[in-house]
Amino acid sequence: MEYFLQQLINGISLGAIYGLIALGYTMVYGIIGMINFAHGEIYMIGAFVSLIGFLFMGIIGVTYVPLALFIVLLMAMLFTAIYGWAIERIAYRPLRGSVKLAPLISAIGMSIVLQNYVQLAQGARVKPLQPIIQGGFELFTGNADYHVRLSYLQIVIVLVTVVLMAGFTYVITRTSLGRAQRATEQDMTMALLSGVNVDRIISTTFVMGAALAAVAGLMVTLYYGVIDFYIGFIAGMKAFTAAVLGGIGSLPGAMLGGLLIGLIEAFWSGYFTIGYKDVATFSILVLVLIFRPTGLLGKPEVEKV
Amino acid sequence: MMLSIRQLQSGYGRIQALHGIDMDIEAGEIITLIGANGAGKTTLLMTLCGKPRASSGQVFFDGEDITHLPTHEIVRRGIAHAPEGRHIFPRMTVLENLQMGAVVTPPKYFADDLERILALFPRLHERLDQRGGTLSGGEQQMLAIGRALMSRPRLLMLDEPSLGLAPLVVRQIFQIIREINRDQKVTVFLVEQNAFHALKLAHRAHVMVNGKITLSGTGEALLADPAVRAAYLEGGNVAFDRTERRA
Repeated sequence: MEYFLQQLINGISLGAIYGLIALGYTMVYGIIGMINFAHGEIYMIGAFVSLIGFLFMGIIGVTYVPLALFIVLLMAMLFTAIYGWAIERIAYRPLRGSVKLAPLISAIGMSIVLQNYVQLAQGARVKPLQPIIQGGFELFTGNADYHVRLSYLQIVIVLVTVVLMAGFTYVITRTSLGRAQRATEQDMTMALLSGVNVDRIISTTFVMGAALAAVAGLMVTLYYGVIDFYIGFIAGMKAFTAAVLGGIGSLPGAMLGGLLIGLIEAFWSGYFTIGYKDVATFSILVLVLIFRPTGLLGKPEVEKV
Repeated sequence: MMLSIRQLQSGYGRIQALHGIDMDIEAGEIITLIGANGAGKTTLLMTLCGKPRASSGQVFFDGEDITHLPTHEIVRRGIAHAPEGRHIFPRMTVLENLQMGAVVTPPKYFADDLERILALFPRLHERLDQRGGTLSGGEQQMLAIGRALMSRPRLLMLDEPSLGLAPLVVRQIFQIIREINRDQKVTVFLVEQNAFHALKLAHRAHVMVNGKITLSGTGEALLADPAVRAAYLEGGNVAFDRTERRA
């Protein structure tokens, strides 16, 4: 029982991170119908900016952890937002209106470019960061052999994710920006004819997705304490799986999918072999694509006549 | 002159759809453009909105050359377009659809404008919280026109508002178009295959064939014109076109 609970806690923390990345995939897919394969790299850059940010905080002597965390968070979001904006501008916008495959290939190219760029700029070795947020609660201490641990960091991760997702849902469903985004998603021509600056809405969507990925990057840096230039690939693939599992294009779907992927990974690692956790995750992708291509909360694509 | 179109050419890829259109629209008028399927009517309206872009020629709105402005800037100048097929945002409520129409107007006008539109279309009032995609064809058309009006346009362009609607609803829609023009002083540019109703409504009208304007005159003059009668009013080819399109 205690063991199960521990895996549950780990799974939820991990799922929160995947969910944040998955939101970026699903938003971009919803609005322009392409998979932004460079999104995983955005997350990786977010992690690197956070690492550099923490080192910088150490140098200038900001030792109060919540303040440092807050500043680094803003830094990471700002930098990745610029990357997200630039990627859309350079690699996708010129291809808008051409064949559907073109931006997809461009995205894969962008992903390789960013990986190599970080590898060159930061080196290929794994970068460590000493733990910033330590400690936690010991739960269910009745069993002397096994204590369930809920770390402060895990609480921070889940809290930040919940707050961001709530804020995000509010923006999408209640504000004029969100309305313009949904309009662009549902009928781009009509959004244009309504006077929406569609190019700007698409840019904004990339910026929002990138900022969320940055938060995920920051939290992974804190959670695992090591990063390298390659983390974006696998995390990106998993978040993509999460988005597909939840129903690509659906925001609640991305959150749910992220959570499920996190739980599956944690429980698989906990009860079976940790080496096969990625196999388990991607098998889910295969099963979903075969049996429910629209995902758990996705709506079937209606071909308009 | 409110809108002046000069030697406008446009098309999709290598297919040219408009072969040099000249047209003027004066403030306060209802201008009707009729023509068969594929004549280029829809392309003309869309080109005026900059989508697709004109390959040559010019469009002036209030004397300003708007040919190369981005679409959202053209809309901001006071041109609203209710396009063919209605293009209701299907997963947004009626209210949200109307809010989308008001993107280009300052928020302070919203409440008054909404009230005005709902008075014009009481049916929309009952359906405010319903999703656009679940409305009937007639209700969607009302929403499309209402949404276009929310932008406080000076020129309202309507592309086949009668398409696929029951005769009774068609009459209602045309009645409303007349009211909008008369009471709210909105200039209307109406594109129709339903030539009879459209010509009766029009102050002036044009006939388009294969991307060219072939005939112009007052609505009554064209209604009486034997060539127009033969091509668009008798012989039933209008009805034929329509069933073909829906199939």
